[in-house]
Amino acid sequence: MLALFYLFAAISVISALVVVSARNPINSVIALIVCFLSIAGHYILLNAQFLAMVHVIVYTGAIMVLFLFVIMLLNLNKATEPMKSLATRIAAVTAGGLFFITLAAAIRNGIQVQAANEFDAGVGLVRSVGHVLFTEFLLPFEVSSVLFLSAIIGVVMLAKKEKHQAEAPVEPLTEAERARRTA
Amino acid sequence: MEQGIITAIRTVPLDHYVLLSFLLFSIGVAGVVFRRNTIIILMCVELMLNSVNLLLTAFSAYHSDPRAQVFVFFIMLVAAAEVTVGLSILVMMKRNVDSVDVNQLNRLKG
Repeated sequence: MLALFYLFAAISVISALVVVSARNPINSVIALIVCFLSIAGHYILLNAQFLAMVHVIVYTGAIMVLFLFVIMLLNLNKATEPMKSLATRIAAVTAGGLFFITLAAAIRNGIQVQAANEFDAGVGLVRSVGHVLFTEFLLPFEVSSVLFLSAIIGVVMLAKKEKHQAEAPVEPLTEAERARRTA
Repeated sequence: MEQGIITAIRTVPLDHYVLLSFLLFSIGVAGVVFRRNTIIILMCVELMLNSVNLLLTAFSAYHSDPRAQVFVFFIMLVAAAEVTVGLSILVMMKRNVDSVDVNQLNRLKG
């Protein structure tokens, strides 16, 4: 079991590093899908079967396909992205590393956890999660549908081409202007 | 069967899960600072959300409390809504400035 954990952990960390470092956005998306699948493996190891299924369906099935779709629609599948300056990149890696060291130092003595409840093999199955979701968390569940409605309306508003835009398309930036803004 | 699940969950120390999610979160933070492509910045934000989900699930399994898993479920809902809005902003950005480089959006810079 420990070996499986280390396997999934290695897969998720390596693919997360690939997400950050790949030049081509398509490779980043594929690596993120691998990372999410390995996280679903962690959920199954933790006996959270409902979450594992929802995670695979929502993340790899919907969100990552949406990412791929946008990359396809906007023709971003080229490694044309200019890199940040070397100083910024070194600062980014240092910041991430220091952040990790700080967090890890906070738990260097280990975490003593007194399990709050008797062990129950049913926790994480659809039955227990669904029971809590539809009794204790019924109101947030209903409110989240309002959140989705507002997200849908907002997306349609944002992505719709406005009339004056359709008549007079915005001129693409000239090279000089882009260089000026990037500087 | 039940004994098998208990040993399966508790053989992996909780610290390992905590360290793993810290590591994934730090990689996400570094990625947000490191990259200029807005799509990849959004993906790093997703990565950070997922590391938090993993942490919540690990504690939920160790405490045998399904409430934390409901929280993970809500985080997934919010993440889905966030991604749709973020990607539509990205489409707008591509349409208006013909680029997905975050350094182009510096009009708020003093």
